[in-house]
Amino acid sequence: MKEEHKHIKAKKYGMVIDLDKCTGCGACMVACMAENNVPFKEDETDKLLSITWLRIYKLTNGKPFPETDICYLPRPCMHCEGQHGHAPCVSVCPATVTDYDMETGIVSQIYTRCFGCRYCMAACPYHARYFNWWDPVWPEGMEKYLNPNVSPRMRGVVEKCSFCFPRYQVAKDKAMAEGRREVEEHEYQTACTQACPAGAITFGDLNNPKHAVYKLKMSPNAFRLLERLGTNPKVYYISSREWVRRSGDNYLANEVKIKKL
Amino acid sequence: MSKLDDKKTDQKGQEDGVRGFIILFFIIGLFASLIVGWMIFPSLLYSKKKQPIDFNHVLHVEAVDQGCESCHYIREDGSFSGVPKLAQCVDCHEEVQGEDPEEAKFVNEYVAEGKEVPWLVYSRQPDCVFFSHVTHTKMAEMDCATCHGAIGESEHSKIYEQNRISGYSRDIWGKNIAGFKKNTWDRMKMDDCSECHVKNHVRQASVQTKKGGCFVCHK
Ligand code: HEC
Ligand code: HEC
Ligand code: HEC
Ligand code: HEC
Ligand code: HEC
Repeated sequence: MKEEHKHIKAKKYGMVIDLDKCTGCGACMVACMAENNVPFKEDETDKLLSITWLRIYKLTNGKPFPETDICYLPRPCMHCEGQHGHAPCVSVCPATVTDYDMETGIVSQIYTRCFGCRYCMAACPYHARYFNWWDPVWPEGMEKYLNPNVSPRMRGVVEKCSFCFPRYQVAKDKAMAEGRREVEEHEYQTACTQACPAGAITFGDLNNPKHAVYKLKMSPNAFRLLERLGTNPKVYYISSREWVRRSGDNYLANEVKIKKL
Repeated sequence: MSKLDDKKTDQKGQEDGVRGFIILFFIIGLFASLIVGWMIFPSLLYSKKKQPIDFNHVLHVEAVDQGCESCHYIREDGSFSGVPKLAQCVDCHEEVQGEDPEEAKFVNEYVAEGKEVPWLVYSRQPDCVFFSHVTHTKMAEMDCATCHGAIGESEHSKIYEQNRISGYSRDIWGKNIAGFKKNTWDRMKMDDCSECHVKNHVRQASVQTKKGGCFVCHK
């Protein structure tokens, strides 16, 4: 049994999002909320209190007409690897709620373990984590539409994008029923990837040369958010526009060249 | 002098008596709280429920032709069928075939009404736990009894005990309140899963614990 386990290569699941293709339609956000039983309230006007595992931001180049340009940027959890898996949130959690798995590269969150101190929210430079100020209340009849593979959350805990990890667990079960231990690329895809009508989101194992993300992430137009903090995120963005790439990090006004890490 | 001495010894005697009482009450109190803590509280903590139908495994394993898998099997998509649905029973139980009152109850109350039996699942884990049968029974070739004990060879459904506070089945944390475990199936809490996973090197890739990552068994 031991020998067999050794043969499974460590994976590093990640995402490449092509911002040239993203139209900001929001289909990924909707798919994400439905897939992951993300709670919502009747009044969602105060975005500080909303929970959105995947959120679309609107960037503008700040120039007057006719040079005005905008770009939509979907932001899931970056599943930062940091140095040897010490993501900012993982390092600060006092209760081992959040963890980095060296075999999948996924930053997990165990809601039942969380007591709501929100250190991780403060540590996360991407605002990818959200706090449940209330117990979820589903509109009449909607509990029947909840996804049974994703455990629901309760008041007082932090939640975030899991790269739809339960889909990996289910895919692995199917693979094992067929006598395999490895999951194929198409068998494990996130809900947002599948929902995007423009095909802007690509998901897969960044370590596996056979997966689409492997090549995409090496594009000269690829960048990551706030790379210089050393968070080592696993979500890459692609944009042919220089100003978009520049807005991925903080640069001095006179700094010209973007250093590729 | 002697009078004084008498008084002193009197006092001493009284003090001894008081001290004796204190020690006596202390011992009584200690035993009372031990009894409450170790015997009364644990039995109050769990409510006991009977299964809606008393099910005979021995009789049925003989009656079917594929053993356990006739009723508990891995579906094509890798999920586990769990406790059988009514549809799996009706072929044999459209009508009462024996004398057993349990069968009559089953046929009249459930089969005739087309109602599913609300079986209580002894091994039901909390919502946040992900468990996979195909991994253990197919890939690791483990016996059902390793985790469930002798349920497959039982003639009666055992009593289901539910924790009044957490709502979980007693089979998760086990019967022994001192925490001793004689058999692998005595309980199935996180440490028990983990103990075996550590032994078998099952995805020991957590950065925090250096053991199994939380998302191996949680969802
Ligand atoms: C005719 C169908 C049938 C067959 C065959 C059968 N079972 Fe069951 N099994 C049931 C039903 C119905 C229940 C639920 C009632 C109960 O728990 O007593 C059950 C419950 C169980 C449970 C308890 C699950 C839980 O945690 O609540 C175990 C374990 C189990 N069976 C194991 C086995 C094993 C092992 C075999 C083969 C030796 C087997 N069964 C064969 C129908 C069947
Ligand atoms: C292969 C046929 C077969 C299947 C399938 C089957 N049974 Fe039975 N069952 C029998 C036979 C045979 C008896 C014995 C009848 C007698 O008393 O002579 C029996 C007896 C019973 C009894 C009374 C004895 C006892 O177990 O206490 C119950 C209750 C019962 N079955 C429930 C079920 C349920 C629930 C299912 C579905 C999970 C089921 N059976 C599926 C054949 C079957
Ligand atoms: C590694 C331990 C382990 C082994 C081996 C195992 N089980 Fe289980 N079983 C569990 C756990 C844990 C659960 C509870 C799953 C949950 O709540 O999600 C369970 C649940 C069940 C249930 C109830 C499921 C439901 O949802 O209705 C049945 C029936 C069952 N097992 C039968 C079997 C049979 C039959 C076998 C042998 C082929 C077997 N189990 C082998 C651990 C095990
Ligand atoms: C007696 C040993 C044993 C016990 C007890 C046990 N497991 Fe396992 N488990 C294994 C082994 C061995 C494997 C690896 C199977 C393989 O891939 O060959 C495994 C694999 C798994 C996997 C799949 C991991 C993967 O490869 O993705 C999950 C999930 C899992 N176990 C959950 C649990 C849970 C939850 C419990 C407790 C309720 C539990 N196990 C109890 C031995 C055990
Ligand atoms: C080998 C499988 C396994 C691994 C790995 C694992 N757990 Fe668990 N965990 C379980 C099982 C099974 C239960 C339910 C039984 C119990 O209460 O012990 C559980 C229960 C819990 C509970 C209590 C949930 C409740 O509703 O009662 C918390 C909190 C928890 N786990 C956190 C974690 C964290 C944090 C990690 C990672 C550091 C982790 N677990 C890793 C199997 C596992």
